[in-house]
Amino acid sequence: MTTTHSQLRPDLALIAEHIAEGSRVLDIGCGDGTLLAALRDQRGCDARGMELDPHDVAECVGRGLSVIQGDADIDLAFYPDASVDYAVLSQTLQTTKRPDLVLEELLRIGRHAFVSFPNFAYWRVRVSLLWHGRMPVTRLLPVAWYETPNIHHLSVADFRDLMAQRGITVEQAWFLKGSGLVRGAAANWRAEHAVFLLRR
Amino acid sequence: MSTCLSSTPGTDLTRTLTLAAPLALDCGQQLADVRIAYETYGTLNADASNAVMVCHATTGDQFLASQHPLTGKPGWWNRSVGTGKPIDTDRFFVICANVLGGCMGSTGPASLASDGEPYAMRFPVITIRDMVRAHVALLDALGIVRLHAVVGGSMGGMQALSLAANWPDRVERVMAIAATAAMPAQNIAFQEVGRQAIMADPDWREGAYYGTGGQPDAGLAVARMAAHITYLSEESMHAKFGRRLQDRETKTFGFDADFQVESYLRHQGVTFISRFDANSYLYITRAMSYFDLAEEHGGRLAEAFAGTPARYCLVSFDSDWLYPTPESRKIAHALNAAGAAVSFVELSAPFGHDSFLLDVPALDRVIAGFLNQ
Repeated sequence: MTTTHSQLRPDLALIAEHIAEGSRVLDIGCGDGTLLAALRDQRGCDARGMELDPHDVAECVGRGLSVIQGDADIDLAFYPDASVDYAVLSQTLQTTKRPDLVLEELLRIGRHAFVSFPNFAYWRVRVSLLWHGRMPVTRLLPVAWYETPNIHHLSVADFRDLMAQRGITVEQAWFLKGSGLVRGAAANWRAEHAVFLLRR
Repeated sequence: MSTCLSSTPGTDLTRTLTLAAPLALDCGQQLADVRIAYETYGTLNADASNAVMVCHATTGDQFLASQHPLTGKPGWWNRSVGTGKPIDTDRFFVICANVLGGCMGSTGPASLASDGEPYAMRFPVITIRDMVRAHVALLDALGIVRLHAVVGGSMGGMQALSLAANWPDRVERVMAIAATAAMPAQNIAFQEVGRQAIMADPDWREGAYYGTGGQPDAGLAVARMAAHITYLSEESMHAKFGRRLQDRETKTFGFDADFQVESYLRHQGVTFISRFDANSYLYITRAMSYFDLAEEHGGRLAEAFAGTPARYCLVSFDSDWLYPTPESRKIAHALNAAGAAVSFVELSAPFGHDSFLLDVPALDRVIAGFLNQ
């Protein structure tokens, strides 16, 4: 982690570090615009966002960011092909209605795509489900099943399978436990969350 | 009882620019001796880079942040424009011009034509783009090559979008609040009711009421009442009036304003006729109903913004049923398709279409943040 990105959530810091200076970026599900602001201020990027929550959008615009209130399942269709260098989808994939279609859109709009998601096969999640027999409530998945926005839980292995099926190239992947990295081979049970860099 | 200032050019109540060249209008006519009445707030900096133009809505005027000379009321956007406010006049040079066709000093149907008589219905039918042509002429006269921003709500938002689409090099930031890129059928319909109310008033006299001692007050008041309903929300009307009676204990079994909401609307109608010209109302609403930014650009809204260098911010309100959120979202999608830097947010506010003029703190933050981009 570089010091400049130390304020960011670990997956966002990782993404920010690997985005080339001056790139055009679309952050889908940009929340309060933390990553966008970092990319704009520290890397001179033309960084724009999409966010479903109107309070977050107002917060972003108040920070001087260009953010659209929109739904990844619907509103990505209006962006032209290859209009950004990187399309970013951080901790949002599992909240979409059709994650596969959203991924296709990401790779249509961006030359590259960063996708990060919580790994549902992380060992604590497995133990929690096995031991208690109930949907796990963990640090990264803190909300009960009936009110969680996460409607499509997935594991690192699930994601790799989908990439292979759809012929999407994984350029690089990082697996995180807390803010530390975990090796790829053991990632499906040891990683709390994953960050993938993809291209068509 | 016409109190329109446009028949008294050079009034000291407002600044007025007279254009040296005729204005070429969308209808094909040339309009000579066009006057533009405007107000400014703040100071233009040395390189003329801090100018913000605010465009007013249908029945607004140039008295944005200063007392209205006829009503004595504070400026219509006093809450958003001034020292330390979202549009900060310590920082920005803020310009607001009465639209072409208006009746607060800019040339309109009550103005005198070259024969010395008021234009009345001889005034050409104007468009939103014609209004913006007059604004651009004003910017030229003020020595402003490029605006820091143009901001407008409702019809003001239409002007802001029209400026950006047709004069893309003149503005860096474009903010359209509770607006549309094409007047929806429902809005055309409501405005037609208003125009018909005016034209059905025998005092309208085919528009030639100037100097007769009468004017279509009743028709104009009804037009205003109908329009005012569309500016509110069901929720805000219910909260403000409910079914409460006006200064009485029981219904009168007559046709007085028994209900508070009736009394309120009548009051809105009566106060409006003291500051607005009925023919201006016809012409301005006509311009709005003709507005279709995509149509001007080959039928594709994205084409209107192709290659636009400006940043955009679109705001809608969840209780606004006159210019509802899908209207703003359509513009956002077109700007996305054009690759423009665009923000769009639907804010929650209970006041209906009028929310942009009222106390919505989130709007303050969005305006200030966008202007500081």
